[in-house]
Amino acid sequence: MRGKLVSIVATAILAAILAAPPALAEKAGGTLRIYHRDNLPSASIHEEATISTVQPFMAIFNNLVLYDQTKKLNSTETIVADLAESWSWDATKTRLTFKLRQGVKWHDGKAFTAKDVQCTWNKLTGKDKDDFRKNPRAIWWHNVKDIAVNGDHEATFVLGRPQPSLLNMLASGYTPIYPCHVSAKDMRTNPVGTGPFKFVEFKRGDSIKFARNPDYWKKGRPYLDGIDWKVIESRSTRILAFTAGEFDMTFNADVTVPLLKDVNSQAPKAVCDLAPTYVSTNLIINRNLAPFSDPQIRKAMALALDRKAYIDILSGGKALVSGVMMPPPEGKWGMPPDMLKALPGYAADVEKSRAEARKIMEGLGYGEGKTLKVKVSTRNISIYRDPAVLLIDQLKKIHIDAELEVIDTSIWHAKVTRGEYSVGLNLTGVGVDDPDVNLYENYSCESERNLTKYCNKEVDALIDKQSQEADVGKRRAMVWEIERRLAEDLARPIILYDRQATCWQPHVKGFVLHHNSIYNNWRYEDVWLDK
Amino acid sequence: MGAYLVRRFLLMLLTLFGMSVLIFVMLRLVPGNITDIIFDSAGFVNPAQKAKIERQLGLDQPIITQYVTWISGLARGDLGYAFVSEKPAIEEILPRIPVTAKLAVLALVFSVLFGVPLGVISAVRQNTPLDYTLRVISLSGLSLPSFWLGLLILMAFVHWFGWIPIYRSSPDNMWQELALLSIPAAAVGFRYSALVMRLTRSSMLEVLRQDYIRTARAKGATEPSVNYEHALRNAMLPVVTIIGIEAAFLIGGLIVTETVFNIPGVARFLVEAIRWRDYPIVQNLVMFIAIVVVVVNFVVDMLYVVLDPRIKYEE
Repeated sequence: MRGKLVSIVATAILAAILAAPPALAEKAGGTLRIYHRDNLPSASIHEEATISTVQPFMAIFNNLVLYDQTKKLNSTETIVADLAESWSWDATKTRLTFKLRQGVKWHDGKAFTAKDVQCTWNKLTGKDKDDFRKNPRAIWWHNVKDIAVNGDHEATFVLGRPQPSLLNMLASGYTPIYPCHVSAKDMRTNPVGTGPFKFVEFKRGDSIKFARNPDYWKKGRPYLDGIDWKVIESRSTRILAFTAGEFDMTFNADVTVPLLKDVNSQAPKAVCDLAPTYVSTNLIINRNLAPFSDPQIRKAMALALDRKAYIDILSGGKALVSGVMMPPPEGKWGMPPDMLKALPGYAADVEKSRAEARKIMEGLGYGEGKTLKVKVSTRNISIYRDPAVLLIDQLKKIHIDAELEVIDTSIWHAKVTRGEYSVGLNLTGVGVDDPDVNLYENYSCESERNLTKYCNKEVDALIDKQSQEADVGKRRAMVWEIERRLAEDLARPIILYDRQATCWQPHVKGFVLHHNSIYNNWRYEDVWLDK
Repeated sequence: MGAYLVRRFLLMLLTLFGMSVLIFVMLRLVPGNITDIIFDSAGFVNPAQKAKIERQLGLDQPIITQYVTWISGLARGDLGYAFVSEKPAIEEILPRIPVTAKLAVLALVFSVLFGVPLGVISAVRQNTPLDYTLRVISLSGLSLPSFWLGLLILMAFVHWFGWIPIYRSSPDNMWQELALLSIPAAAVGFRYSALVMRLTRSSMLEVLRQDYIRTARAKGATEPSVNYEHALRNAMLPVVTIIGIEAAFLIGGLIVTETVFNIPGVARFLVEAIRWRDYPIVQNLVMFIAIVVVVVNFVVDMLYVVLDPRIKYEE
């Protein structure tokens, strides 16, 4: 009897194995064709804060560590070795030592050493005279005091205090290692890396070409012979070109929810992944300008927001209601929905909130016959203009008569930095799903990218405190407390976190789209073409 | 004639000087400069770094100094360095000129090849169904936005042929390049052919009523001879003028066409450079376009002499 049972089980297992589809063998060769949506400002990842630079040029470089390109969600648990073979913290948790891979060469043949790691951070922390023209993530490294080098293959990050998130920031697509021997200027136009692909050419407004690095330290990679990017500024043209088979892949998050329907009908075999982008649509209020220096007015504006309307109209219901940190399940640190509802302006009963807002405004002397006249400023591109128009409509409900002011996209940040706005509709991308990245960049007093110049020393102290906490549960609780404070202060109310689709042809294999950041999965070393 | 040519040349120089001052001043009146825009992609502006870049680019110099530096460089053939790409401006501009030139010439050829004969036919067959049809077609050419027409063409190709006729860099040969450019040229030339057609028609109608046309017919000239040798030649003067003027405005139409069909030409590049406040690129490109317009108008004026021997440019 027992023998019969064993043979039945064995037969079932054998049948299951035979029925399973055969594993695909990766094919080497072919050039991946992707379109690019605009004229990227430069090739230097460290000097830019846009996906336009990261998505192509991440393939040229390596980091010390990297988020696993085959896992959908970035987290500390998915960090894998890159140029560093191993790493360890000291007992004080203020020194992080990396043992570096040996035998790695830059694309121009020079050897990669620990000095290159030191050079990169000397530029990022302003110690190098040949520093960057701009350094948008300087705040990420405010706690890095020095990079100590021990021989050619060991580098130690010396911190002012413990910071568990350091590794997460090092794993980002925004943190490649740069060579000592190439100037910052050259890295903007002719970048040299150690990565799977070598830079070939960059014709502004036209194309970018990469070729396979035959001396790549990871044997057998990359599978592709090269990557060709074609700049196509008209969205209609590039989506049409993709559906016609001209390209293997769309630009990241280029396919909006309405366009996704078109792509699915015209290219039904294309694989499309609708993912959160960790780019927030948010409200910026100039708290240094009357009457918006009055917290009551800011509170009234927050109470007027109907986030569901934005989500339904702009994204067909796919975007996410959120606080500062992206909500679960994709976001590790975001507040759950029940907790979010308790924040000012997030209550489910929008009419009740608006009634409260009107009461506040009437208490300040405004009403049907005497509305508060404001200009809502925003960038002159549709992803900014469309929510701005909705905002104007919603503010009307609480005696605020707003007029749209569109600003040339090229000078938007300059005007906001100078405080030449009263109310604005803004978008903000977050590089890593980590509180240190989001909170320091956008809300700390010292950050140059704190557009609203919000400065609360108590909140800053809380941000520093959570940054040092190693226990994830305790840290999360602190982050939620900060969220509550930011919501009460109306620091930069988040309206939504968007979802957009990225599509690729069915013959593109080995690519996994990250779902909690758009900046970290463009190495392309595992991508291959099944044709 | 020699004195006229010298006078024209001096006038051209004066026009170009005026253009250079105008574009230089206008660029600096537009809000924002390259340093604001360099920082825009970084999401912030650092005042100290901004001032450093302005010094490096010479933007802290007095306006007159900046103008003299530019114009003296231009006279020597030194176009300076592009602010954005940090490469010599001539390396950015030169490769783009041939593509736009071919597109512009093809568009003009299309507009003349279709506009003139259809205008003649419409005039000769006045008030017939053919005339009405041609006039409706010409109206659609004048009223349809070129970007919309371009997108329609792209969608039609994708839908019917599964292929998108956008420009690819480095076509294999000249014929392939011409074939690729002929579709966007037709898209932009359609509007101009409509204009040429209507002007040819009205000009022909006026000439066909003249006494010498009646005389030619009375002397036994054939209809084609009357229409093309006698009438069209006299009707062409205003048409040639409009073609000359439209050649100058063509660059505006090419901006949209180059964007829709993804052609890496100077028109699209100029708009991009203006957005970026890339002064060396904008100033030099606008001067180049101004030179082209001035030369084209000169050629048009010379053509008058060929078309109408009564016209003489001399004291």
